[in-house]
Amino acid sequence: MNIWVFAQTANGAPTTGTLELISKARTLGTVTAFIGGDGAAVAGSLGEHGASKVYATGDLAGALPGVAVSAAMKAVIDGGDAPALIMFPQNYEGRDVMSRLSVKLDRTVLTNNVDVAASGSSVSVTTPIFGGNTLVTTTFSGQGPFLAAFRPKSFAAEPNGGGAAEVVAAPVPETGATGTARVVAVHVEETSGPKLDEAAIVVSGGRGLGEAGKYEMIEALAKQLKGAPGASRAIVDAGWVPYSYQVGQTGKVVKPTVYIAAGISGATQHMVGMKGAKNIIAINKDKEAPIFGIADLGIVGDVTKVLPALLAALQARG
Amino acid sequence: MNVIVCVKQIPDPAAPGALDPATKTLKRDGKPILDESDSYGVEMALQLVDAAGGGEVSIVSMSSADEVTGLRTALAMGAAKGTIVSDPALKGSDALTTAKVLAAAIQRMGGADLILAATESSDGYTGTVPEQMAEVLGLPSVTFAKKVVVDGGSLKVDRQTESGYDEVTCPLPAVVSVTAGVVEPRYPSFKGIMAAKSKPIDVVSASDLGVSPVGWAGSGQDITSIEQAEARAAGTIIEDDGEGFAKIVAYLENLKVI
Repeated sequence: MNIWVFAQTANGAPTTGTLELISKARTLGTVTAFIGGDGAAVAGSLGEHGASKVYATGDLAGALPGVAVSAAMKAVIDGGDAPALIMFPQNYEGRDVMSRLSVKLDRTVLTNNVDVAASGSSVSVTTPIFGGNTLVTTTFSGQGPFLAAFRPKSFAAEPNGGGAAEVVAAPVPETGATGTARVVAVHVEETSGPKLDEAAIVVSGGRGLGEAGKYEMIEALAKQLKGAPGASRAIVDAGWVPYSYQVGQTGKVVKPTVYIAAGISGATQHMVGMKGAKNIIAINKDKEAPIFGIADLGIVGDVTKVLPALLAALQARG
Repeated sequence: MNVIVCVKQIPDPAAPGALDPATKTLKRDGKPILDESDSYGVEMALQLVDAAGGGEVSIVSMSSADEVTGLRTALAMGAAKGTIVSDPALKGSDALTTAKVLAAAIQRMGGADLILAATESSDGYTGTVPEQMAEVLGLPSVTFAKKVVVDGGSLKVDRQTESGYDEVTCPLPAVVSVTAGVVEPRYPSFKGIMAAKSKPIDVVSASDLGVSPVGWAGSGQDITSIEQAEARAAGTIIEDDGEGFAKIVAYLENLKVI
C-alpha cells in the first residue's frame, strides 16, 4: 500500500509529529513524505524513519499551506501517482491541507484518530470519544486516497536505519483566488522552562483557581518542579493565559510522567489531552468532578489552600 | 459590509453524550442550544459590521431536525436574519457534505463579503468545515484567527500558530474561522430577545439546494466497531483535612521526581 504523510518542519528538522506518522506508516506500506517547502535538508531524517521518497513543493513564499500544499498534492495525484492513504497530523496546517484536499478529491476526512490499520486495500482508523472512554473504529468506504488525521503522540517516532529519501519536486500549480492570503509577519511567543508538550511534569490550572491572578500559583509550582504550566480551555477562553498554555482537544496533547490538574473539573475536551500521563494528581473542590475518575491521587479540597501549602513544603525541602 | 456567520445548534454540553445504538451517530435529541464556540463568530461579525459603518450580519446553519431555538440566540444578539438547511436526510452527513450544504446555502443567500465560522464545533469537533467550505466556494481562507481587522477590501488577521501567531493579509471575499475567546460575546438584551422572535429564518431542504448525496450515503465511511477503552485503575481520593499537600509530596517522592 502506498501511503503519503504530510510532513512539517521546525527549525530545519522534521517535527516529532511527522516522524511519528512516518514510523507508523512504514508498518503499513511504502511511505512518501509530502512537504510544503524544501525537501533536501530533511530527506536524511525522513528516510531514516522509513520514508523512501519526499515530494517537496519548494518555498511557499508566504502562501498558507492549506491551499498551496493541497493543490500540489492534487497535481501529483492527477499526474498518476495516487496513494491509498494520506496521513495528516491533527494540527493547524494538517487540518487545513486535508480540508482543501478533501474537496478537490471529493473524499471524506476522518479526524482525531489515535490508530490506523490496513487490510488489503481497506483502511480503518480509531478515534476516542466522550473523553476517551469509548473507542470508535471507522472503515473508509469507496475509493482512495483516504484522508485521515492523527493526534500527536499516537505513535512512537523510531528510526529504522533507512537511507536518505529521494527528493522529487512537486511544484504548487496556479491557485487563483483561493491562494491570495499571505503571511506577512511571524511572531514567536517566548516561553521559559521546558516545552509544555515535552515536559516531564505538567501543572495545569482551571476555573477552580477562581481568578486570573491566582494562576501565579500554577506557574510557581511548575517552576519549583522544573515542569511546564498548562491550562484548561475554560481559562484560556476567559483570557487568563495565552492559547499556547492550553492542554486538551484543541490545545496540546501531553504525556508527562506527572500531571497535576488544579481546579480542573475534567471536561472531555481537557481529558483527551492529558489522560495519557503516567501519573495524574487532581485537586478539586467538587468530589464528583470527572477528573477524579482518572486520577491516581485525588485531593478533594480548595486549590487556593492546597497549592500554597504544597509549594511551601516543596520549597522547604530545598 | 455583509457578514454571514456559520452556526451550529448542539445538544446541551451539560448533558452527558451518547451514541444512538441504531445509527452509531451522536444522539442529538433534546432542545438544542447555540454552540458557545459560535457566539464568538457572531460577536465578531457584529463588531466588524459596526466598524465598517453599515451592512448586516446573517447566520446560516444546518440541521437534521426541525429546531431553531439556537438560531434565535444568534438573532437576539443582533444578527438580522438566518437561513437553516433543515432536512432529516442530512442525518449522518460528514464534514465534507456539511461544507457543501453550507456553501450552497451561502450562495442562495447571495454570498457575503466575509464568512465567519468557529474553528470547530463543541460536539463533533472535526474542525475541517470552514476550510472545506472555502474550497467549495473558491475563496481564500484564514483559519484559527484570534484577531480580525477589515481594511478596505482586505483583511488583516492574527492567525494562531503552534508557537505564537502569524500576521496574515487576505483579500475579500474570504472565509475566516475564529478561535474561542477572541471577543467577549454579548448577552442578548430583553429587547434583542423580543426582536429575534420576528426576525426571518429561511428554512430550506438539501434538495432545494441541489446537494446530493447527503447523510450516511455520502459520508464515505462505515463505523465498524465501538468498544470501551481500557479504564485507568481507580486511584486514591481523599478529602483535604489541611494535610492534603503532604499526600502529594509523598506521592511525588515515591515517584522519585522530587
